[in-house]
Amino acid sequence: MNLIIVSGPPSSGKTSIILKAIKAFKNQGRSVGVVKFDCLYTDDDKLYEQSGVPVKKGLSGALCPDHFFASNIEDVVKWGEKNNLDLLITESAGLCNRCSPYLADVKGICVIDNLSGINTPKKIGPMLKSADIVVITKGDIVSQAEREVFSARVSAVNPKAMVLHVNGLSGQGAYELSQLLYDENQNITSVQGMKLRFPMPSAMCSYCLGETRIGESYQLGNTKKMDWGD
Amino acid sequence: MLELSIKELVKKYPFVIEFFEQNRLDIKGFEEKSFEEFLSCLDEDELEDKAIDIRGLKNELLSYIEQMKEFLGISDGQVNSLTILSGKYKDGKAEPFEKLEIRKSEIISIVGPTGSGKSRLLADIEWAAQGDTPTGRTILINNKPADPKWRYSPNNKLVAQLSQNMNFVMDVSAGEFIKLHAQSRMISDPEKISQEILQAANKLAGESFSSDTPITGLSGGQSRALMIADTAILSASPIVLIDEIENAGIDRKKALKLLVSKDKIVLMATHDPLLALMADKRIVIKNGGIHKIITTTKEEKELCIKLEKVDSVMQRARQSLRMGNALNDEVFFE
Ligand SMILES: Nc1nc2c(ncn2[C@@H]2O[C@H](COP(=O)(O)OP(=O)(O)O)[C@@H](O)[C@H]2O)c(=O)[nH]1
Ligand SMILES: Nc1ncnc2c1ncn2[C@@H]1O[C@H](COP(=O)(O)OP(=O)(O)O)[C@@H](O)[C@H]1O
Ligand SMILES: [Mg+2]
Ligand SMILES: [Mg+2]
Repeated sequence: MNLIIVSGPPSSGKTSIILKAIKAFKNQGRSVGVVKFDCLYTDDDKLYEQSGVPVKKGLSGALCPDHFFASNIEDVVKWGEKNNLDLLITESAGLCNRCSPYLADVKGICVIDNLSGINTPKKIGPMLKSADIVVITKGDIVSQAEREVFSARVSAVNPKAMVLHVNGLSGQGAYELSQLLYDENQNITSVQGMKLRFPMPSAMCSYCLGETRIGESYQLGNTKKMDWGD
Repeated sequence: MLELSIKELVKKYPFVIEFFEQNRLDIKGFEEKSFEEFLSCLDEDELEDKAIDIRGLKNELLSYIEQMKEFLGISDGQVNSLTILSGKYKDGKAEPFEKLEIRKSEIISIVGPTGSGKSRLLADIEWAAQGDTPTGRTILINNKPADPKWRYSPNNKLVAQLSQNMNFVMDVSAGEFIKLHAQSRMISDPEKISQEILQAANKLAGESFSSDTPITGLSGGQSRALMIADTAILSASPIVLIDEIENAGIDRKKALKLLVSKDKIVLMATHDPLLALMADKRIVIKNGGIHKIITTTKEEKELCIKLEKVDSVMQRARQSLRMGNALNDEVFFE
């Protein structure tokens, strides 16, 4: 089975381009399944269901979503194997720009959109920097110049990535994306022992453990203060 | 090349500044050191804090330099011809032509009903298809299969597209906007090229605008004019694809002339007879296939001039309205 980890800021077009790629995969006769990770709520599973592919969703709720991803990805792979998928795609929203869900030996895709502003590539961090493929969406609503400035910045942050423009509405570029995603020679049956590409923050503070009160005397563990310059 | 000091590196490849900037690496005070020495001086906690992984950075810097060098080397339009080798209709039947060669400075229009496959043809070209798209077509550049690097490298784009919806989202003035674009293209004199583009844009747009006008405040016609001028003059891509562009408020003939005067190959999907007849040839798409290739005849060119007259009546009426005049028969005569 092929495994693909898709990540990117909220509303960047992840679901849209995955749905378009699924259409292309179906035409090629490949069976696809999707597992959607989110925090509190998602409707994406319904969209995937409508497109007729097996789908599961995982809501991290009270946990950090990226930690939740890391703790569940092995079961996700088992589910994919059980369903005899050719291709299993996970979608997770990058929520804090600090972490990324990519695993060292699994294809990682970052989806960002042209509308998010030209300083976004700099802000995103490992989610963009350590992706194998960067998909840029919403090119239909900006000018060629903005597309060029934006993708120049993406490649300054991640010069090794393949950069692809895909339109999440019309599907232009999705066929091409599907060709890049699937690799005949890849067969993942387990992710046991694989490593995250980028370590998650090691810090734990009082608020991680349920503290709600504000004030110095309640803050234990790893606290960090802003630098006020005086 | 990484034994160079950062200062020497910047002198040799000024664009590496962009790499440091976008990767949030503050090299101030380390100019005399090499990049590796700089990395070894960074504090580990700070790196974790900023989510920077230095292991890959050395290779990434090298890739970036290679990419930019290549980009700067090939940017001056080496595409002389684009050839489409036939594929198949949606029902699998072979297309009834062998190949279509398009030379630089040629304009080709693409016509056909909605859903027939016009955008697919443009996508085949953008992707430099090698029999690996649903149409089975192959695209040759200068009579050779296109270099696969056109496909994924963000800089070596074969194709520029004029978007259907022409909005700007950046919050800058027209002049700054062009300068930003020029910088991303490593143009040596952004100021000069920015003026050239603004001038060209003002020739295309009905109403003039200045370099200080915020781009989000431009009218539809002005935005389109600016984008076309910018794509013609500043974009590295030798091929321009236009997918059903809205064209109110700009001088279409001048726009196409500007594009081809810069040695671009222009392909446009359109339902507009005026635009279609301005092209040298038109491709008729039916049921996913290239059904016919028609060379624009002398009669059609003459008809095109008549259509332009009709069009200019509309333009004048529009202009008159804008000026607050009462409309009368005068718009029909000059
Ligand atoms: N104009 C335009 N809209 C897009 C494009 N891709 C996605 N969208 C829209 O952007 C919104 C968010 O997309 P979605 O796929 O749900 O983003 P996700 O949160 O990353 O999964 C939706 O309204 C999509 O229709 C695109 O290429 N062009
Ligand atoms: N030769 C072909 N074989 C298979 N599918 C095709 C072919 N040509 C076009 N299509 C598909 O038909 C659909 C409509 O084509 P599109 O290019 O969007 O039409 P248009 O731009 O003319 O409205 C698209 O999904 C496209 O991929
Ligand atoms: Mg989604
Ligand atoms: Mg179309």
